[in-house]
Amino acid sequence: MTQLAIHHLTSQYDGKSVIKDLSLTLERNEIVALLGPSGCGKTTLLRAIAGLQPITEGDITLGDQVISTPSKSVVSEKRNIGMIFQDYALFPHLSVKDNIAFGLHKMSATEQSAVVDDMLTLVKLQGYQSRFPHELSGGQQQRVAIARALAYRPQLMLLDEPFSNIDSQSRGEIMQEMRQILKKQQVPAVFVTHSKDEAFAFADKIAIFKDGKIEQIDKGNVLYTTPTSPYVANFMGKTNYIAIESITNDSIVTCFGSQQLQEQTIPVTDNVMMVRPEQIIVDEQSHYKFKVVGCIFAGSHWVYTVCAIDNKASDGKNITIELHSHLLLDVDQVVGLSLNIAHIVTFNFDK
Amino acid sequence: MFIQLSKKWPAFSWLLSLLLFLPLLAIVWQSFGDDQDVFAQLWATVLPDYLVNTLLIVLGVALLSAVIGVPIAWLVAMCQFPARRFYVWGMLLPLAMPSYVVAFVYTDLLEYAGPIQTSLRSYFGWSNAQDYAFFDVRTLSGAAVMLALVLYPYVYLLARTAFLEQSQSLVQSARLLGCSPWRSFWRISLPLARPAIAISVALVAMESLADFAVVHYFAVPTLTTAVYDTWLGYGSLAAAARLSVVMLAVLFILISIERIGRNKQRHYQRGSGQEKVVRHQLTGIKGIAASVFCGVIFMAGFGVPFISLLDMAINYFDQSWNSQFLEYSFNSLLLASTVALICLIIAIVLGFFKRLSASKSSDLAPKLASTGYALPGTVLAIGVLIPLSLFDHGINHFFESFGIDGPGLLLSGTVFAIAAGYVVRFSAIAIGSVESSLNKVSPSIDMVTMTLGLSPLKMLFKVHLPLIKKGCFAGALLVFIESMKELPAALLLRPFDYETLATYVYQFVSDEQLEHGALAAIVIVIVGLIPLIFLNRSLEQQD
Amino acid sequence: MKSMIAMAVGIATLASSFSVLSAPNSEKEVNIYSYRQAFLIDPVVAQFEKDTGINVNVVFAKKGLAERLKREGKYTKADLVLTTDISRLMELKDKKLVSPVESSIIENNVPSHLRDPQNQWFSLTKRVRNIYASKERVGNIAITYEDLATDKYKGKICTRSGKHPYTVALVSSMVAHHGEAETEVWLTKVKENLARKPQGNDRGQIKAIAAGQCDVSLGNSYYFGNMHTNPEQKPIVEKVNILFPNQQNRGSHINVSGMALTKYAPHKADAIKLMEYLTGDLAQSIYAKVNLEYPVKPSVEVSPLVASWGEFKEDELPMIEIAKHRKTALMLLDKVKFDL
Repeated sequence: MTQLAIHHLTSQYDGKSVIKDLSLTLERNEIVALLGPSGCGKTTLLRAIAGLQPITEGDITLGDQVISTPSKSVVSEKRNIGMIFQDYALFPHLSVKDNIAFGLHKMSATEQSAVVDDMLTLVKLQGYQSRFPHELSGGQQQRVAIARALAYRPQLMLLDEPFSNIDSQSRGEIMQEMRQILKKQQVPAVFVTHSKDEAFAFADKIAIFKDGKIEQIDKGNVLYTTPTSPYVANFMGKTNYIAIESITNDSIVTCFGSQQLQEQTIPVTDNVMMVRPEQIIVDEQSHYKFKVVGCIFAGSHWVYTVCAIDNKASDGKNITIELHSHLLLDVDQVVGLSLNIAHIVTFNFDK
Repeated sequence: MFIQLSKKWPAFSWLLSLLLFLPLLAIVWQSFGDDQDVFAQLWATVLPDYLVNTLLIVLGVALLSAVIGVPIAWLVAMCQFPARRFYVWGMLLPLAMPSYVVAFVYTDLLEYAGPIQTSLRSYFGWSNAQDYAFFDVRTLSGAAVMLALVLYPYVYLLARTAFLEQSQSLVQSARLLGCSPWRSFWRISLPLARPAIAISVALVAMESLADFAVVHYFAVPTLTTAVYDTWLGYGSLAAAARLSVVMLAVLFILISIERIGRNKQRHYQRGSGQEKVVRHQLTGIKGIAASVFCGVIFMAGFGVPFISLLDMAINYFDQSWNSQFLEYSFNSLLLASTVALICLIIAIVLGFFKRLSASKSSDLAPKLASTGYALPGTVLAIGVLIPLSLFDHGINHFFESFGIDGPGLLLSGTVFAIAAGYVVRFSAIAIGSVESSLNKVSPSIDMVTMTLGLSPLKMLFKVHLPLIKKGCFAGALLVFIESMKELPAALLLRPFDYETLATYVYQFVSDEQLEHGALAAIVIVIVGLIPLIFLNRSLEQQD
Repeated sequence: MKSMIAMAVGIATLASSFSVLSAPNSEKEVNIYSYRQAFLIDPVVAQFEKDTGINVNVVFAKKGLAERLKREGKYTKADLVLTTDISRLMELKDKKLVSPVESSIIENNVPSHLRDPQNQWFSLTKRVRNIYASKERVGNIAITYEDLATDKYKGKICTRSGKHPYTVALVSSMVAHHGEAETEVWLTKVKENLARKPQGNDRGQIKAIAAGQCDVSLGNSYYFGNMHTNPEQKPIVEKVNILFPNQQNRGSHINVSGMALTKYAPHKADAIKLMEYLTGDLAQSIYAKVNLEYPVKPSVEVSPLVASWGEFKEDELPMIEIAKHRKTALMLLDKVKFDL
């Protein structure tokens, strides 16, 4: 069942259209990440959903209620939407308990403290109720923020770069905790980030944003392996674009030789093939020899830069490969390489 | 923060502070003189009543200005309602109105023999005071309302800035948690703005404590009245000085409260204040109510007095037009801008010293320099006169010891005396403004600059001044506006043949013939309005 | 540090430019410290400047001029002090800030009971402490200051602040005539009879009577006259009579405005010239006609308006007596909490 539906939304900020004709739907219990560089309209979309930003065209439906049209808009306080801000926006003058109970003013005091206790248990902050925000660590502050938003029983949770102020060591752990809490409470969420790693870890689906539009929306692995545009491909990770020498009905020829196409057709106008660095393997049997020109140690793997010995074959461009083996290559060493690709993605770079 | 300042800077700062503290010291010194039992006698008779009146006035004005200033500041900063853009600066205008003019206009309008009560009587056919109930304007509450009407802009100004600087996400969070605009005001904006409000209310309290003109008009004897009574009536400067010291003690408590409030504020500061404000849309009756509330306060604090002045000025134009207006205006302008500049320089020197000095004692310097704000104008004037004339006498003795004629009253007999009096009185405003701007500059900026090899002085000019430009500007403008209006110190300290607009107007006000000075009063107001518009502009950029 | 020095130099230049600005630019001049509003003495001063070519500069302040004079000591630029009542003149003398003037012209012009026995101060004009009364409700009756304490005027009296010098001087004269104890009783009763808390100036009392808030009030003669010259205020003042109290016994209380030569007057000769001028026929008649005061010089006529109020008997209690009881009067006013 659809929980959030956005149809042909346009919104302006300082007279400029920041969101242009954008549509998005969110299923119950689904977490969608909005991923894109800063200034592409992600946060504006979030604010529009929260009712903090007027819209100029289209509409937004939450559950079965239309909450935003250009002419009519349900005020923020009546939307029943939770939001976690980048700075958490904890009220500095209120204790943890009062922060969490903030949205519960219609309940009796005993009901309130019951909810607060539940929430503190949920976010594992029992015993912290009388602390003040400045006495908590970043991660703790953030858990208070989520407890506060959840206590209000929102129909939808909005998260605006919530992990950017947390150190990288604890980030992964906190993301998993938060994700579990949201799933447990069955609250769908829209999550804004500019880090694909956060998006992969936290979201069910990722919407790649470009200039106020969604370029592609899908599961993370799908976006990674089958991006529909170089923009998405680049955003998802390091990519080599290998010139296509020729295309036939069942094969494609590059500097790595000919690849067989399996149940796949490729437009004949396409002239580059997307090759992820880990899709290239060392293959001593390969006829296609490359020379190593640089190498970087990256922890779990090595990143090598290579170039084809026959310069014409790869336009003289360097190719990046990632190797997880113990096999060490030296600079200037010549190796044979081949491709290991299940689904071939090609683009036309002349357009 | 510990950065090695050259020894000259602290020495200069202490010298400045002590110079500004001298008048107060002179008063304290006077208070040890023989008071001929006047103090004891006053204490046995009227002083307790005066004290109660003073406390009531100060508390009343503080409370009223908060009740007026804070909601208006919040409405203008956080809500969208009809005519908001006008009120953004309109609500500042009463600052340009000298309080003695407002007091005159209102007592004139509202007293029994005034036009309002007279027309009510003739309309309803009442013949005397027993026939109807009309509030007596010349009461303690009347005076408190009047003072609040001209002083609330201080609260408005500081509270508005505080509201705008609050992290927007806090208010937005509150709204998403189901908070109505009104509730978010009470639960979020107000408690967070509390330090700023406390500072502004303390300022207002100081102003009302030192006020003489208004309470005198409203026939409410206060401690200030007692100071003048003892000094001018009983001829005992010692007793008057002793009373002033009592007032100063009260004020010291107020200042301490203000400082504590400011210390807490640092702790609360978050949010860059650069986010765009999403205002609550007040529609329908709520929007109109907000607009009307602001409108009523605007009319009461500025509209009515200004129209009355205009009316008087037009009716008495021939009698009141004076070819020397230009000269008086020039004097006022030159004096006010010089004073504003000097106060600003003092504030920057002391503020920077406090920021960069390693020793705790550096906190004391700006405090000492701020004490002049507390003294009633005439007492301050005497306080300034004592050290200046001592200096003048010293200089003349020096010359005479060589058998040459001395230069005469080099300081106390020239405009220097007025300027010194104003600087002593108003540097507190500039110091407060500059200090709070400096507090907003992150200390790491200093570290970075020092590591880049800049001397403290270069750092001040290249880094801090550009960063605190707005605070400096705002402080200087406030000093300018206050100096345009300031009266008692000018009256007593001015040299021969030197008239400012304020002293010119006061001749007529003191004889209850404001109508002849109305034209000059309008000039004061208009000259005050110009910097107010700039002041508002500079604040608006934070919007 | 350089710019700090520059700043100090800047301030110093500023200061000196101020002193240059205000440096005397004319050799012939007289400087006045005035407790009277400048515009009230302007007509006389302008005439003097025209007649003699001596430039007159004025600083007006209601408070603290004596203190300033004291602080300035022998370097003062002030030659003359003008005051609005007797107590200020006495204060100047008591603080030894003035010097005696021996001028036969002034002695001839000012009767001896209106000047200091040592000639350290001189009166310039007289003002009567009248009682204003509603034409309609009180009429033109014989009245005394003592009457104000009777039940007849319960809730019918208005007055300005008890601390105003004019009121203080009247109370001083009551002390001189009746003693401290009796005056305290009188003040208490007057206070009980007040229709409203003491407030406003004398003009305000006339307005209150005209509007019906009260029936009688204490007030000075020249404010009453002054309101006749203002077209807006004339209809108001015409509802009110000016009464001269105590005509059957000691006469109406009078106060004086006056002048004194400062001890260290730098332009002594010219200042004495001005003093003589101020007591002369021309100045005295300007005082009489423009300010509607009673001239001290017996031969100068009062203005027709003032004359229309009729001849009256003045209380001939010496001015020094009034000044002597000043402190007692103030204490009594505080004791009965007259203004509260």
